[in-house]
Amino acid sequence: MSVVAATVGTKKRTFAVSPGTTAAMLGVLTMVMLSAARVITSAPGLTGSGTFGSAIGLAVPVAMAGLGGLISERVGIVNIGLQGMMVFGTWGAGFFGWHFGPWGALAGGAAMGALGGVLLALATITFGVDHAVAGVAINLLAPGVARFLSSVLFAGKEGGTLTDSPPVGHLGRLTLPFLSGGRIGSWHSPDPLGWLEKHHWFLIGDSASLLRGLTRDIAVETVLLLALLPIVGYVVWRTPVGLRLRSSGEKPSAADSLGVNVIRIRWAAVVVSGAVAGLGGAWLVTNVGKYQQGQEGLRGFLGLAALIFGNWRPAGLFAGALLFQFADSVRLALGDAPARAFVLTVVFGLAALAVWQFTRRSITTAGVLVASTVGLFLYFATASRVDDKLGSIFPYLITLLVLLFSSERLRPPASSGQPWFKGGD
Amino acid sequence: MNLTQVRRALTAPVAALVLSLLIASVALLVAGHNPGTAYRAMWDNVNGADGIVTIINYASRYYVMGTAVAMGFKMNLFNIGANGQYQVAALFAGAVGAVLRLPGPINIAVMIIVAMFSGGVWALVPGLLNVTRKVNIVIATIMMNGVAGGLIGYLLRTKFRDKADFMTAHTKTIPANSRVPHLNRLLRFFGYHLPDQTFLHGFLIIAFFVGLGFYLLIYRSRFGYDLRASGMNAAAARSSGVDPKRMVLTTMAISGALAGLAAMSILLSEQFEYGDRFPTLLGFTGIGVALLGRNSPGGIAAAALVLAAIEQGSRGLAIAKIPQEIGQIIQGTLLFVAVIAYEVVRRRNQAATIREAAAKTASLHAAVPA
Repeated sequence: MSVVAATVGTKKRTFAVSPGTTAAMLGVLTMVMLSAARVITSAPGLTGSGTFGSAIGLAVPVAMAGLGGLISERVGIVNIGLQGMMVFGTWGAGFFGWHFGPWGALAGGAAMGALGGVLLALATITFGVDHAVAGVAINLLAPGVARFLSSVLFAGKEGGTLTDSPPVGHLGRLTLPFLSGGRIGSWHSPDPLGWLEKHHWFLIGDSASLLRGLTRDIAVETVLLLALLPIVGYVVWRTPVGLRLRSSGEKPSAADSLGVNVIRIRWAAVVVSGAVAGLGGAWLVTNVGKYQQGQEGLRGFLGLAALIFGNWRPAGLFAGALLFQFADSVRLALGDAPARAFVLTVVFGLAALAVWQFTRRSITTAGVLVASTVGLFLYFATASRVDDKLGSIFPYLITLLVLLFSSERLRPPASSGQPWFKGGD
Repeated sequence: MNLTQVRRALTAPVAALVLSLLIASVALLVAGHNPGTAYRAMWDNVNGADGIVTIINYASRYYVMGTAVAMGFKMNLFNIGANGQYQVAALFAGAVGAVLRLPGPINIAVMIIVAMFSGGVWALVPGLLNVTRKVNIVIATIMMNGVAGGLIGYLLRTKFRDKADFMTAHTKTIPANSRVPHLNRLLRFFGYHLPDQTFLHGFLIIAFFVGLGFYLLIYRSRFGYDLRASGMNAAAARSSGVDPKRMVLTTMAISGALAGLAAMSILLSEQFEYGDRFPTLLGFTGIGVALLGRNSPGGIAAAALVLAAIEQGSRGLAIAKIPQEIGQIIQGTLLFVAVIAYEVVRRRNQAATIREAAAKTASLHAAVPA
């Protein structure tokens, strides 16, 4: 009965638009809105290559947390413990980075994060504890462990305290030659993107600075970790291992009946998930140059938000992480004028959402959106500066909005969150 | 409760406590400290009027926060947002109480109502998202925590800030007559004299009534029956006439209100203003308390006391030159091991029940030949 209703229900709207096209259209729309806001408020900083560059960097730890969540949820285990695994990762990066330099920091972050993954796998897969409960237990455990280890291993050492590790050093930074003016030997190659950026043409200048932000003065660890997104995407969706992994998250009993060792693949994926979240923590350590207690902020939870925003897909979660961190870097990089320009961009975005909901005849939601658009516009018009703290709400609010407006469109893995034992259904 | 049941209920938590102490001992040994010295120092700080009163003060606040989270757990709603609800409640109650200047007891009542109301409303938002748009409650409450953090930071630095203090951001201090009195005089009436500077907070009485109310609501009321039924088997509860949407909304509202009430133990008995010095993670401690106490009124009380005692004990480690962070290790591993142990015991008991039922059915069949 309900199956029939569902099929009839989906028949009325059929647009043959691939997800890739939709994403590209959304990307262009976002750039148009950013450019428009930049021109209207005459705040070139909003779309400067420095802003984009710092946003891309800051998006890395959030995206790594989200990617860890993706690997884990695709195999059927909800990972609320990402926050704790990130804490483990930052500590591990601090300790191993102190002894073995920045490369050691990355390895140590991954290893300690993986340890967090082992804890989650043990509780949820081997013992069948509720996933959210086990994750929260890890989040509660991790800061205590990190603090104890710091008090034993960092406190009293040269450069180390109860809350900080001795310095771990930095990896280098890269600039692409011929596009963004990178050096080959001692020769400065041309910087055509910089030339385009300087002219501030509508949309063209902004797109150029986005590309320039991606290719100029970018940290080695940023490039390496960003590469993980397509790699994980390829492994999960295009390889036999990925098929087994996803089937264990969609219908474990079916996967099991076809000979997939569900328990083993779940264990492996959850441990890798922790390692990836730990790498996100390691990025923070190599970025600052040392471990600092609490430097992860709430990025584990933000990663979870990015994962949902991105519909459990690597490209989507990266877009989410970038969106969430963009506001941060606008503020960090340049201060008030670009921050206000960013608020105007969000006003445009809300208005666009309202129009979209109106065309879908969701009058109530369109009404709510129009009200929020007007409210935020009034804030933009009256406030001379955007409050830091208020800005930090933005990622969470966006995620709630996404959940509110498209929870029927989102599709998490079907068996995600349900305990499964061999012989179960 | 007969002896077997008591044994069954206690096996897992006691085993978890022993195992967590073992793990902590190993950590101490590896770090070059004597676990015996550490535990003796902890015990010395717990033992004595001052230590016990501090434990009770902390435990009563953990208790109320634990019931807030347990309320949701009883129907499989995981309210991770208790932390945000608690902070929102503390901010609004603190701001209102400092401005209103009503006569003492009325002001206290108003603050408690404001706290419970704002905590409840903050929890209702994810509840509404859940029932209208099927948004996952865990995710929605996590996001609401993030929103609460930013909103509170903003309001605390702008609208609600005590402008007289340039150094730290906090609300105006609530008047002296609007504080919950401590119970020292009551104890003296019964012949117990507490040392100077040791105060047994009056919030203990509120916590007691919260526990009583929680018990009556969950185990002795129609609503509690529906709640537990929805938690055990949502589909069966629905088909027997329980409205799941109403249950989610009511439960979230009560859970948030209790989280708000827990904040009052700090606002009205200890700090008298909401600000940067307020504990930032009490809601998460409450999750730990509820999990450790298995969501039962007595269990939560025991868990609150144990966690508060470990905390108080670890404050005494500084004298022995042992890192007091070991307390957090004990608490964290205790919780982690306990949730695993509970699950193992639950499965074992479930299997035993099934075996007994099967044996009974078999003997019935044997008695009545077909």
